[in-house]
Formats: sequence, structure tokens, C-alpha cells
Amino acid sequence: MTNVILSTTDISKRFPVTQSVLSRLRGQHRLAVNALNGVSLDIIKGETLGIVGESGCGKSTLARCLVRLHDCDSGKVLFEGTDIGTLNGPARRTFNRRVQMIFQDPYSSLNPRMTVRQILAEALSVHSMRPKAQIETRIGELLGLVRLPPDAADKYPHEFSGGQRQRIGIARALSVEPEVLVADELVSALDVSVQAQVVNLLLELQDRLNLTVVFVAHDLRLVRHISHRVAVMYLGKVVEYGPTSSIFAAPQHPYTDALLRAAPEVDPSRRTRTVAARGELPSPINLPKGCLFHTRCPLAMDRCRTEIPALRPRGDGHLAACHLDTLPAKATP
Amino acid sequence: MTALPRIRLTRLPRPLIIGGTILGISLILALFPAAFAPYDPLAFDYGALNQAPSMAHPFGTDNFGRDVLSRIIHAYRVDMQIAIFATVFAFSFGTIIGALVGYVGGRVEALFGRLVDAIITFPFLVLVIAIVSVLGPGLINMYIAVSVVGWVFYARIIAAEIKVQKRLDYADAGRAMGYTHLRIIFRHLLPNAITPAVVYWMTDMALAILLGSSLGYLGLGAQPPAAEWGVQIADGKNFMSTAWWISVFPGFAIILTGLGFSLLGDGLAEVMRARK
Repeated sequence: MTNVILSTTDISKRFPVTQSVLSRLRGQHRLAVNALNGVSLDIIKGETLGIVGESGCGKSTLARCLVRLHDCDSGKVLFEGTDIGTLNGPARRTFNRRVQMIFQDPYSSLNPRMTVRQILAEALSVHSMRPKAQIETRIGELLGLVRLPPDAADKYPHEFSGGQRQRIGIARALSVEPEVLVADELVSALDVSVQAQVVNLLLELQDRLNLTVVFVAHDLRLVRHISHRVAVMYLGKVVEYGPTSSIFAAPQHPYTDALLRAAPEVDPSRRTRTVAARGELPSPINLPKGCLFHTRCPLAMDRCRTEIPALRPRGDGHLAACHLDTLPAKATP
Repeated sequence: MTALPRIRLTRLPRPLIIGGTILGISLILALFPAAFAPYDPLAFDYGALNQAPSMAHPFGTDNFGRDVLSRIIHAYRVDMQIAIFATVFAFSFGTIIGALVGYVGGRVEALFGRLVDAIITFPFLVLVIAIVSVLGPGLINMYIAVSVVGWVFYARIIAAEIKVQKRLDYADAGRAMGYTHLRIIFRHLLPNAITPAVVYWMTDMALAILLGSSLGYLGLGAQPPAAEWGVQIADGKNFMSTAWWISVFPGFAIILTGLGFSLLGDGLAEVMRARK
């Protein structure tokens, strides 16, 4: 695959849990939250890759690893074939410019003491995107791009609504003309009424600017709406991965199946009271042995408790990490 | 739109207005003492020793016949200087160190914590007196002594505040932008972290005047015959039963100026919080 722009090979990330000095003196094993447990993904130039999963499944950690806000503990993130963990100085800055991120919380992702103009001008001048004289014009263009009025430039972030602030975040990311945009829960903090507005803006900009987008979200319908391909994550692992249509039409992993069944139907007569999966999400500190999902899987077999299933191709670029070759028609009650 | 500034002014918190007025007047007195003082603060008048307050000498005269009011007015220059120079270095240095320590965190922060513990274990005044006695009395040495000890308080406040700010998404956004650490610390985090340090600074200036007066009283700060409130209070201590005005009026000047700084600090805290 020559058109893979960004890829991860088996990356893991652990966050040590703070423990008392006493428990460490007692020689207790050092605990850590296993946020990512070997994630391998390819992001193809120009596509939108959706990443879905419950909260706590490592989606955001993965997003942050992609832009190197976190360094992975093992595995590599490759950008155009180069390990981003080895980049330094100007090379790293160039990488940062080309792979940008939009954050989840529109209220904390903008510096409250800087006007929109200062925020954009800083990005433009640090990366020398435009000669000094043209920075003003470019700020105007960027505001137009995200459909904010020109007089927005001199306002502070707290003078805007959540949706507007998220668009400022998009403008900031786009100011450095990136090729890849990692959007971490772009709209989950917004009212439903403005979600569509922001998402459609992103899609339109993607077309216009030829962007590659990694869209991290927990909203299945949203991901289905905008992604070319989808990766479903569970406890820091990708359990299913493939073209959106194929995943939504014929999920090959019981977890995906459960997620889809639990998504509320628009039509009230078709509503069910199914829950996504029985039981609670296991603690990411003590991961289950074998298949991570076996504690909640309705189809769990003995093999699932001991043997970790690999991601196996299911045809059509569709991969799933389940020991079963096909799901029974009615997997969940 | 023309009414806007007026509305804004009345909306300012009252402590800020009162404190600002007190300090504004103090500053004018400090800059142009000769314009307001009725007499030369150093001129002896053996015909008018220890005179009680009167029309000619509203605050009375001291044991050398010097006009107490004139000395208080001239002391504004020294005491306002003390308020600023005894704190500004501690504020700047403490802010920079605190910002770096808070941002780096980890071992550096643990080490810094021990240093702070070591310094605040000593009573502040005792430590300052010890340093001044090594360096010798005088205002410059007093500034050095107070700055050497005082910066840790600012550093601790800023470090704690930076630790909160650096976890917010806008700090990560700066990192994802490829900004340098220094830019993120000083351009992004510090403006959002500095408010409590500024408020503490105002209080600290009031404390610095008290400290300067204490050291002046002990003979370690400003040296006689210079007019300084602490020196003046010390001058009058032997005459408290017969000529209370020599000590009492400089004491009021200390209280008033200290109050001005405290009110300004409270007012600033309110304004800067309201902006968020």
C-alpha cells in the first residue's frame, strides 16, 4: 500500500498509577493503566478513518499518540514511513505542522488570554506560513473558511459559543495547512443542533483541502456518516477494522455487534432495550486473559479465556479479532 | 458607546478604587515630597523640641525639633521604594523559577519542594535579620536579604498554578503545534497562572513596608537621620509617655499604605477572576 500516510505498528501505552511509598516499599508490583495494547492501523491518504469505542477504551490516547502528544511505550507510529518518535528539532516541527489535532473540549482547548487573531497569528508566524505582511489577510481567509465573521478576530474565546470555539480550533489546526487532521471527539461536547454544522464543515473542508482525517468518536451514527473506514476499539485494542459499509452491515466481532444493537433507533417502534454488553468494562489495570472481551461476550468459549484472537481478514479489507469465523445471526438476545 | 468607560469605572470593585486612590496619593507624595512637606525633614529646630500637634506643626515635632509631618511625607519615597524593590526581584525570579519547575515537574519539582521546606522552616524575619547582619545594615542589603528568601513563596504559588494549566488542552494544542517549551510556558501558561502571584505580590508589598520599618526600627534598614517610618517610630520610642505623636503618626502612615496595597490586591483578584 503506497498511499498509507500515517500508520501505527503494534503500539502500546501504559500510564503508571500513583502508589504510596509504603506499597512500593512492600515490593508490590507497580500498577499501570494499559491504555493501548498493541494497536496497528493504516491511515490512507485522503480517507476518513473513524475510531469508535466506549469511553476508556483508549481512543483519545491513540489520537494523542498519532500527533506525538504521547510517546508510545512500544511499537512505532510511522508518518510517510518515518518513525515519529525519532523526530527532533525542525523535522519534528514539520511533522507537527503536517499532522494537526482538534481537541474534544472547546472550553479548554483555546488559551483564554489570547484573542482569535493572536492564536492564529502565532501559528502562522511560528511556522512561517506567510510573510508578515500577509498574516492579516490570511487570518481573514481562515475565519471565512470556518464561517466566522471577520470581527471575530479581536474577540477572546469566552465570547464564543461551544460550536464557534470548535470552529476556531479547526481554523487554528488548518492555519498551518496540515495534511492529516486528528479530531478527538470533535463534537461530543456540543449541543446536537450544532454538531451537524461542525461535522459538515469538517467534511466540506476535507474535500476542499484534500485532508486525511482521523475521526475519534463514541457516536456510531456520526462515524458511519463520515468515515470511509472504521476501527472499533475495546480496552486498548482494535477488535474490528474495515470499510464502514461492511462493518455496519455485517459486523464480525461480537463487541461491534453489541454496540450496533445498543445504538438507539430513530424509529420508536423498532426500539429495543438491549444493552451494549452485559456486565461492566473490566479494569484496564488488570486486563482479562485471553480475548479482552470474553468477560462480557455472550458467545465466549473456553478458547477465548486463554488464547488472544488475532485480527484476521474477513474479506474486502475487513478484519476482526474473534475466534469465530462468522457470528450467528442472532448473537445477542 | 460613549457611556461605556463610565459604566466600567463604577463597576470596578470598590477595594480596587479605594486601594488605588491611597496608593496613587502615596506615589505622588513619594515622587514630589518637597512640594507637599511644609518643612525640611532634616532641619533641626532647637526652639521647638517635642512640640505637640499644633497649627504650625500638625503632627508635632520630634526631639530634635524636626517636623513630624514633613518627615512622614519624605519617608514616602523610602518606604515606597522598599515596597517595590524588596518584592520585585522576588516576584520576577520566583515567577520564572516557579513556571519552569511547575512545567517540568517530576524530580525537579520534588527537589524544589525540599528547598522550599528548608527555607520556610526558618522564621522569615529571623532569616532576613541573619542575612542583613552578615551583609551589613542598609537598604540595598535589606533588598538582597528579602529577595533571597522571598522568591520561594512566589515560585511555589506559580508552580502549583502552572501544574494545573499544563494539563489543559490548550497547552497540548501548543505542543501539537510544535511550539517550543519556553513559548508554551511563558506565552501560554504563565498569563493564565500569574493572577494569584500578582495578588500575593500586593500583599507582600504591604508586608515589605512593615518589614522595612521593623528593620529600620532595629537599625538594620534605613539609617538615621534619613526619614523612614520605622526609624521614626524608633526615634520616638523613648518619648512615648511625653511625646506620643513622634511614633504614632508614622505608624498610621504604615497602616494606611499597607491597607492600600491589601485593598488593591483584593480588587485585582476580583477583576482578574471576573475576566475568566
